[in-house]
Amino acid sequence: MPKRAMGTNTGRSIRRRRNQVIPGFGLSMGVTIFMLSLIVLIPLASVFVVLSGATPQEIWKAITDPQTVSTYKVSFACAGIASVVNVVFGILLAWIITRYKFPLRRVLDGLIELPFALPTAVAGISLTTLYSDKGWIGGFFAKFGVMISYTTIGITIAMIFIGIPFVVRSIQPVLEKLDPQYDEAASVLGASKARIFFKIIFPEITPAALTGFGLAFARAIGEYGSVVFIAGNIPWKTQITPLIIKSKLEQFNYTAATSIALVMIIFAFCVLFGINTLQARINRIAQG
Amino acid sequence: MKKSVNPKRLFAIVLSLVMIAGLFAGCSDKGESAGSAARGSSASGSAAGDAAAGEARPDTIEITNVSYDPTRELYAEYNEVFAAHWLEETGQTVVVTQSHGGSGGQARAVIEGNEADVVTLALEGDVDAIRKEGLIDEGWLSELPNDSSPYTSTIVFLVRADNPKGLQDWDDLVKPGVEVITPDPKTSGGAKWNFLAAWAFSDQNYGGDEEKNTQFVKDLYANVTVLDSGARGSTTTFVENGQGDVLLAWENEAFLAIEEHPGEFEIVTPSLSILAQPSVAVVDENARKHGTEEVSEAYLEFLYTDEAQRIEGKYYYRPSNQEILEEFSDVFNLEIKLVNITDDFGGWDAANEKFFNDGAIFDQIYAREA
Repeated sequence: MPKRAMGTNTGRSIRRRRNQVIPGFGLSMGVTIFMLSLIVLIPLASVFVVLSGATPQEIWKAITDPQTVSTYKVSFACAGIASVVNVVFGILLAWIITRYKFPLRRVLDGLIELPFALPTAVAGISLTTLYSDKGWIGGFFAKFGVMISYTTIGITIAMIFIGIPFVVRSIQPVLEKLDPQYDEAASVLGASKARIFFKIIFPEITPAALTGFGLAFARAIGEYGSVVFIAGNIPWKTQITPLIIKSKLEQFNYTAATSIALVMIIFAFCVLFGINTLQARINRIAQG
Repeated sequence: MKKSVNPKRLFAIVLSLVMIAGLFAGCSDKGESAGSAARGSSASGSAAGDAAAGEARPDTIEITNVSYDPTRELYAEYNEVFAAHWLEETGQTVVVTQSHGGSGGQARAVIEGNEADVVTLALEGDVDAIRKEGLIDEGWLSELPNDSSPYTSTIVFLVRADNPKGLQDWDDLVKPGVEVITPDPKTSGGAKWNFLAAWAFSDQNYGGDEEKNTQFVKDLYANVTVLDSGARGSTTTFVENGQGDVLLAWENEAFLAIEEHPGEFEIVTPSLSILAQPSVAVVDENARKHGTEEVSEAYLEFLYTDEAQRIEGKYYYRPSNQEILEEFSDVFNLEIKLVNITDDFGGWDAANEKFFNDGAIFDQIYAREA
């Protein structure tokens, strides 16, 4: 009886795959393109429309202004470091949640999304207060002469905070599907713990970790609300690129603001595209 | 089994049909709403005709006041008082919707379609940016008394209790080791007043030498440890996070900080500061469209009445009416010498050009030394 039930089940699922639930490729593609255009493509294209009235020299001047260039360095370097930290920390966190049963595991699991739900300004202000030299955590580090709030370390911490859910949520499903029998078998065959991790688990989660990295990075360079409070915004030192965009807007200089936005869009796109390509290559290798 | 599949397929088809229908409805909606807008305008046209003929007003009228951050409490009280006054005067209930945020951002919101009937912003320049888009009629600045600014404020120093660094005036702030907190004038309109006040002090004390003035503000901003993007951010940095020795603050913000944290801070009034004039104006284009011109104008005019002036004083704005300002002489330091933007800096356009535009003096004092 169970066998038969299973048989019919798989039979049904195959038939259903052939006989798609959502009818018509043309129709579903049409709806998709329509929604995508309305919500994503047209707003992005408006960047180019705003810029169409500007001369290339104007745009070039806006994006290569030395002070603006210094903000790219801050934004991209901090976002890079934050995303690397997020990947390491995110793998660990996803591992704990999927592989161990402990009290409040579900609570921890739920807490991971909190950085998404929290208004960014709230996150920014509370992080700044905690990590300033008068705050709980910052006060401790200040004894050793390490300042966190109002430095690039603070910016990085805010970016870690907002990026962590991306990494955990990318890796978690892969780890859940990964059968613990693999590492048990490896350990029976005498592989060391490090070897098991690097040869069995790590290759499995690499594509997911890369996705997480890319998403966290893209979010971190664009983040304004939470970072701006902890940054201190001192020119040449702790100004982030979105702040420069804001300051151009404040002067009603839409051309400069949009030009810099374009740089960020292109950069984020390149990073995400690069990661996708890398992933495709890894998948091809993995599938032989 | 086929029968069990069919309802699902049917459901899927119906669902997608509904979506398509929705899309078409969405498209045709535009046409329809355009039509109804046209109808609406003809309706309001006839309403205007009625009003002209002296007919009764509608029972309730709604207006939107787009303002900046620190006026929240002020307008919460003022709106009630005004509504009572308007009801008595005309028998009409007025509902005022408030919106608060950074002054420059609020101005952009109105330009980009926030249907404000009146704006009450921190800077004349922000209101004027709306005028440049054609939403406010020319000459708004002289439509109401005192350059359309019913209340004023100034820039003062907020220092920690007992003033441990003994900061009394602007020249104390450039001394080595003094940490100053002020927002960035490039992102915060209100912070421009802070910069200009410091400039004016130097200008009057060091013989009007531009180079000396530039050096003075350069030394001042070299002491700035956190340059927040907005005034509220700076207040949080200084008050909650314990950064810095002195906060350059709007007088009304400084009083609020003291009220919330009694005994922790003191206000120091420097020998010279700047008259900060927040500007108010009717957004004529929107008010005409909504048929709210009359109530909008009355709303702003009422800000100059004795009753409203006292409310403004209560929330630590300096009333523009000198007699009522005198009533608050125990609150405000009225001895302070105040420069103003029109006479001392040639107006906002000139000030922006000279100090705050890209590559102007503010950028120069932060320019990297090659």
